[in-house]
Amino acid sequence: MGDWWTYHPEDFLMFSERVYTRLFMLHNQALWPAQLLALALGGLVLFALLHPRPGSSRLVAALLAMAWVFVAWSFLWQRYVPINWGIRYLVPLFVLQALLLIIVGATRRDGLGLPTRWSVSRGLGLVLFTYALVGHPFVAPLVGRGLTGAEIIGLTPDPLAFATLGVAVMASPAGRTWTLAAIPALWCLISGVTLAILDAAGAWLPPLAVVLALLARWWPEARR
Amino acid sequence: MAHRAPPLSRRLLLHGLLSVAAMAVLPPLAVPASSPLTRRLSGTDVHLPRVGLGSWITFNVGSDPVLLEECTAVMAAFFTAGGRLIDSSPMYGSSQATIGHGLAALDAMDRVYAADKVWTTSPAEGPAQIEASRREWGVPRFDLLQVHNLLAWERHLETLQAMKASGEVRHLGITTSHGRRHDRMEHIMRHAPLDFVQLTYNIVDREAERRLLPLARERGIGVIANRPFQQKRLIRRLADKPLPPWSGEIGATSWAQFILKFIISHPAVTCAIPATTRVDHVRENLATASDPLPDHGQRRRMAEYVRSL
Ligand SMILES: NC(=O)c1ccc[n+]([C@@H]2O[C@H](COP(=O)([O-])OP(=O)(O)OC[C@H]3O[C@@H](n4cnc5c(N)ncnc54)[C@H](OP(=O)(O)O)[C@@H]3O)[C@@H](O)[C@H]2O)c1
Repeated sequence: MGDWWTYHPEDFLMFSERVYTRLFMLHNQALWPAQLLALALGGLVLFALLHPRPGSSRLVAALLAMAWVFVAWSFLWQRYVPINWGIRYLVPLFVLQALLLIIVGATRRDGLGLPTRWSVSRGLGLVLFTYALVGHPFVAPLVGRGLTGAEIIGLTPDPLAFATLGVAVMASPAGRTWTLAAIPALWCLISGVTLAILDAAGAWLPPLAVVLALLARWWPEARR
Repeated sequence: MAHRAPPLSRRLLLHGLLSVAAMAVLPPLAVPASSPLTRRLSGTDVHLPRVGLGSWITFNVGSDPVLLEECTAVMAAFFTAGGRLIDSSPMYGSSQATIGHGLAALDAMDRVYAADKVWTTSPAEGPAQIEASRREWGVPRFDLLQVHNLLAWERHLETLQAMKASGEVRHLGITTSHGRRHDRMEHIMRHAPLDFVQLTYNIVDREAERRLLPLARERGIGVIANRPFQQKRLIRRLADKPLPPWSGEIGATSWAQFILKFIISHPAVTCAIPATTRVDHVRENLATASDPLPDHGQRRRMAEYVRSL
């Protein structure tokens, strides 16, 4: 690509906003009523994060890992790859994220190292997770795409990435955060750029999630 | 990059069902209501309408049943208006499959002049990719195969020449866009036996007028003009400006027609290939392939007017 200056950002997108937003509608239609199960399982994870006990790490890691594999297959591979061949290269990363969650969360002795005491990182992590679970689904209706276009945790990539970032910033020691946050953060950046080029509402949300995650990790108080 | 569908995937089944449904809803394709102006491809008896149809972005709709039917309706209007050349590429996501869906639903295999591309850095993968594309379109063979963006062009052209010699493709060519790599295009046009070149040409992107368009005329190479509207940026830019009072003299009633009339009236251009998701737009675009077309002096006036805005 020697003559890169001749490219516009939109030259890199091969589908329209309408096609992209309709992907979520069709996905929801095809999966209904799995949304209810996904929200219930998300609620269970939130409860485990609020009241960590022995075994909570395993539960959180296992459910999130399942969600990453499910989203990789049902959303990325089945719906997104046909209109965007570049996404096929991200599918293995989603599976890798699931493996990392299992390795860190389920096989380490203290799992994710979920905190029980309040701190900025835990607070921001919970904000991210809660937003992913109950806030993000309302973005679609708020920007005129209707509830049928809602992006639900565990079924679509953005809220799953936000939620996983939330869990990652709560994890300790810091090495675990970076291990678990890298792929969700990468996805958030790709998603934000995609939405921005499509001129879609809410393009700033995914990068904001990354900023919040970094803030949570780097906040002085958060040095555990 | 070849997309291979399994023998009976859900997608194929859905396509099949949709095609049957579409056939029940869409009237059979009428004999073209009008005959657009055509241009003969030099050295052949092939006459192509001066406006074709692109498929980048607009036809990349995945398996969305509503959007597939909208694309089929665009294709139906295109054929009814006498259109023939549809351009696609394995790079365009599901566009090839969308075209295949439309052709099957409209039973339009004999109407289409199927122009596709080979797009892979690996020359060895070329034949398999072309075959995968052919299956997506559902045509017995392509009318035109082009080396997309000159990717591995030397080896791909060898493949295409062999295919042409054995009757597996009628014509071959190379493509570029955005004014890129014109030096290399010129070199290939001088040295390789090409039927077509595809390049960006419109009322503001006129670099091709300097060397490539005259050379195409000189060597009898057909020219397909891509990005006629700069992927709509040009139309948006001009939208709030008035058409000149003399636009009636060249038969243009909108900016889209004004721009297309400029492109297709260049003596070297075989056709322009605007892409669209809209039936009214495809009709409007095809309607420009009719008299009056601007002459040399009027073309200059058109370009000056746009520059002055
Ligand atoms: N290197 C290459 O080989 C190469 C590179 C670029 C393009 N191409 C080919 O050239 C084709 C055309 O280029 P393109 O798709 O990039 O851009 P284009 O044809 O210049 O513009 C397409 C846009 O124009 C709008 N449009 C079409 N007809 C219109 C009308 N009558 N009034 C108002 N708006 C109209 C469409 O919107 P609506 O849907 O609203 O009508 C669409 O968004 C491509 O589809 C592709 O097949 C090839």
